Amino acid sequence: MTSLTTSALDPRDAVYDFEVPAGEPWLHELRKGQMLRILDLMGNQAVDTLFYNLHDPAERYSAADTLRAQGNIYLTTGSRLLSNDGNVMLTIIADTCGRHDTLGGACAAESNQVRYALEKRPMHNCRDNYLLALAESPYGMGKRDLACNVNFFMNVPVTPEGGLTFEDGISDAGKYVELRAEMDLIVLVSNCPQLNNPCNAYNPTPARMLIWDAGAA
Amino acid sequence: MNAEPKPSAIVHRELLPGARNWSFIVRRGYTLRLTDHKGGANCSALFYNAQEKLERYNMADTLKAQHTARLTKGHVCYSDMGRILVSIVEDTCGWHDTVCGVSDAALVRARYGEARYQEHRNAFHRNGRELFLIELGKWGLGRKDLVPNVNFFSRVTVDDTGDLRYEPENSKAGDYVDLRAELDTLVVLNTCPHPLDPATEWTPRPVELSIRKADPVSDDDVCLNTCPENRRGFANTAIYHCQY
Repeated sequence: MTSLTTSALDPRDAVYDFEVPAGEPWLHELRKGQMLRILDLMGNQAVDTLFYNLHDPAERYSAADTLRAQGNIYLTTGSRLLSNDGNVMLTIIADTCGRHDTLGGACAAESNQVRYALEKRPMHNCRDNYLLALAESPYGMGKRDLACNVNFFMNVPVTPEGGLTFEDGISDAGKYVELRAEMDLIVLVSNCPQLNNPCNAYNPTPARMLIWDAGAA
Repeated sequence: MNAEPKPSAIVHRELLPGARNWSFIVRRGYTLRLTDHKGGANCSALFYNAQEKLERYNMADTLKAQHTARLTKGHVCYSDMGRILVSIVEDTCGWHDTVCGVSDAALVRARYGEARYQEHRNAFHRNGRELFLIELGKWGLGRKDLVPNVNFFSRVTVDDTGDLRYEPENSKAGDYVDLRAELDTLVVLNTCPHPLDPATEWTPRPVELSIRKADPVSDDDVCLNTCPENRRGFANTAIYHCQY
């Protein structure tokens, strides 16, 4: 397990502070140099997150490029999140949780049907959040833009034999991850409403978003 | 499943050289066989619903539905719409990667050195990303559609700390994998070396492609019965075809 890294940033200096209710989307721009803290307020809450280049959203976060470049499947302090064009989009600069998933994707009505039961389609899910947030956004984006995401605070271990499971989270109330934007970004979050597996400890809860400008101590 | 299909059943066969690109619509009810011609091949693949290309292979949905981080016989490749694009009905290799993506120009230059068309003509060094973009472009697709792919014939393991390790010699000459199309599927391929293959000599390997009529999916089908998830995936796919 990676060592944990705390942040010296003071929430009183943040230029933005917002609590995303359980199960809701959050769409926000982040400027190069700004720092975003995602805070797991009540513990074990998956925060499914997509990143796009603000000026060219066809450039977006790529899990495959990120994992290959760092040679490791988990994200933590020091991980550089790469785009599909091989550019660094963000760097994780603090992490009190320890590791985050980027293989598990985001839940959808259709994937819930396959994974749990055909009757699960009416349940709220992350990709519905994404589609609605993009449809109501000024960016002209849609389903084609639902690429790889990061699942902050989610625990999806892979075994040497090639097994993959969704496990109870290793996060806890008050754990956070902090990222520095290395380019101007669109950040699209679904505060995961999944009730069918332990990714949210079967109890989705709010997440707090804090942003500091470049140069904040 | 016939390990050796009758030659008469094969409707198309060709040899794709190393570091080349190809795309084709494999109709529902046909099987595409990829054969490692010389051993040590890598065949990167993307899959799209040919009728609605917004529906495409989804690595995460494929892995979590089947509780696996690798692909082999019995697994299926899920779309992002809860349907099955292709089923892996035969596999003599045992492990196919779907986590590591493809090489790009910078990686190929750093590992194998510069080899431009101007000096090397058609032996120049190509890379997986550019070959995918070329082939996707023929179908009106592009950068937005370059999602995580399958790397057939390549094995990459993950240790307890999450470190990735490329395992050489996973595939030998003659190894093959059979992909049965469950939807009319646009298959986009390239045969560039795996991005984590540490070999520094540029020897991209050829892959033989053959397409043949598949047997109907029976109730004891290996992919249908791998896990309850796949039975639901087949049920979803059947709904899609209910008016045919």
